[in-house]
Amino acid sequence: MTTMTKPGEFAEDAAPAASDAFLSVRDLYVRFSTEDGIVKAVDGLSFDLERGRTLGIVGESGSGKSVTNLTVLGLHNPATTEVAGEILLDGQELTGASNRTLEKLRGDKVAMIFQDSLTALSPYYTVGRQIAEPYVKHRGVSKREGRERAIEMLEKVGIPQPRMRVDDYPHQFSGGMRQRAMIAMALVCNPDLLIADEPTTALDVTVQAQILDLLKDLQQEFGSAIILITHDLGVVSNVADDLLVMYAGRAVERGSVRELIREPQHPYTWGLLGSMPRLMSDVTEPLTPIPGAPPSLLSPPPGCAFHPRCGFTDLVGGGRCATERPELPDGRGSACHLTGEQKRSVFIETIQPRLG
Amino acid sequence: MLRFLVRRTLGAVVILLFISAFTFFLFFAIPHDPALLSCGKNCTPDNLRTIHHNLGLDHPVPVQYYHYMVRIFTGHRFSTGNCPAPCFGYSFANSEPVWPTLMDRLPTTLSLALGAMVVFLLFGLGTGMLAAWKRGTTVDKVFSSASLVLSSMQIYFVGPIVLALLVYNNHILDQPKYVPFTDNPLSWFNGLLIPWCVLSILFTANYTRMSRSTMIEQLQEEHVRTARAKGMSSAYVFFRYAWRGSLIPIVTILGIDLGSLLGGAMITEYTFQLAGLGRLAIDSVTKTDLPMLMGVMLFSAALIVLFNILVDAAYAFIDPRVRLS
Repeated sequence: MTTMTKPGEFAEDAAPAASDAFLSVRDLYVRFSTEDGIVKAVDGLSFDLERGRTLGIVGESGSGKSVTNLTVLGLHNPATTEVAGEILLDGQELTGASNRTLEKLRGDKVAMIFQDSLTALSPYYTVGRQIAEPYVKHRGVSKREGRERAIEMLEKVGIPQPRMRVDDYPHQFSGGMRQRAMIAMALVCNPDLLIADEPTTALDVTVQAQILDLLKDLQQEFGSAIILITHDLGVVSNVADDLLVMYAGRAVERGSVRELIREPQHPYTWGLLGSMPRLMSDVTEPLTPIPGAPPSLLSPPPGCAFHPRCGFTDLVGGGRCATERPELPDGRGSACHLTGEQKRSVFIETIQPRLG
Repeated sequence: MLRFLVRRTLGAVVILLFISAFTFFLFFAIPHDPALLSCGKNCTPDNLRTIHHNLGLDHPVPVQYYHYMVRIFTGHRFSTGNCPAPCFGYSFANSEPVWPTLMDRLPTTLSLALGAMVVFLLFGLGTGMLAAWKRGTTVDKVFSSASLVLSSMQIYFVGPIVLALLVYNNHILDQPKYVPFTDNPLSWFNGLLIPWCVLSILFTANYTRMSRSTMIEQLQEEHVRTARAKGMSSAYVFFRYAWRGSLIPIVTILGIDLGSLLGGAMITEYTFQLAGLGRLAIDSVTKTDLPMLMGVMLFSAALIVLFNILVDAAYAFIDPRVRLS
């Protein structure tokens, strides 16, 4: 359980101290220097994650979801990126850790699944070899044992005839199979933390569901913590335990999946829910997209970064939305100037009927 | 793979036919009578007519071309002697048979081109990859700017300077010359050292820039990032994942370069007085020596086409995606 639960709701495992979490990110700032200026890709982000739990990180493109997780693995370009804050993995500080230290963690304790398995797997080496590599490196086993392990992993992720397919190249696999192979590659060393960056975006819907089920099953088997990055609330609500909604490099709302889906508090989350098609709703009813575009992270809007696209700034009054940045409270909550009462009434009266 | 090779070979034949026809007809577009060369100073119209007949120049040009092409495969008995296939005829200028002359010149050009290739690949790829590895550092900047300067150095400029410095003024090395490898490997090496290095300067610079840029491009590939995310060391990622992909553009250019180098490094051979194919090509143009010119042209073209096929075959070894399609 993470700090995202309402205190007292689940008394037996309520509110552990932040240091107990397996992964604890505190006040993370990631800045890129580009020719146009400094991009504040992640701007003061904090979250915790425990073993065996799944945290969904949701947001539009450019909200800082992927950057955050690349930073956890130290995969950012050190020449142009400035990282500040704390990333504690099992008590070990990762910001500023040496490349050697990070190399030992990557693929072993922390593994990552990327979005597009066609470009994320090397076209030049067999699937089996690519799966075996981290195992051979981190476990110090022979290439033959690595190959056996690769076959075992391919079987585990549901590739038929793994003994034959292990010597295939990625382009000989279908999209869904490649994504399974990538999952096999990520799980080959039984990582404690698995970061899945849009693992199903490139796949068609039936395969999406299979891949998500697979992730769930494997989590139960290995007890890994998972961070699931997606822009699709539908995907995440099926798999994740907790959610973190990001906007313009900051977390704007967090809570358990149930809380967030039942009673979302932030106008941006409402927007995300409103732009999601529903099976049960009338097909003639149009989706309600969020107006405008995500802000440039070179010069994010002052105050609440979402205020230029928000339809509820009038309720706050005094122009506070444009001047004062709302803070995200610890645990369940949202970074918005609306009062709890306003959020509830707006959601029930305006948003919920629209969602149907 | 077999089907691919057959298809490419057929294509090559078409290309060579086209090149041969083009060269042949282009030659006869020059307002110059090749028979005058053999006729000498006291040339009577009768003599000229006889020579015309002996050289086959009294036929229409398309017929001459047809005869020429057929004789390559069948051989021909000329008045000057028997010419077995592959028969490219006899030189108008000195009556030497063309094919044996080509074979005689080939080892010089081959030694020059392959030796230079070893030098420029070693230094070009080495410095390019080092620059990519140390991207943005002083090393990178020095290599990048040096390669820019060197790639604008022409052989006819660098060659004489090197000769003047190392040979004529300071006697550090001997005048470049070709000694067959089988005669004396050491002399072979010494004789070609200067041409290799001078020829390599331009190429090294180009290969440095190319391998640097393709390596940097490859390092930004997503699969390279995946390899890093798996915990592979930087060196492993660099040499296994990024390098493999960077080979494809390099092999492409290498095929073209090597083909044209083998066809005759004209300027280099001229600068260093080496009797290779390039030298032969220049001489036969100035002497309007059609059979020799045709021979050199076709031979060079065949080499360039051959190396392009080899490049395509090499793709299959580098990239498994090519292997199956």
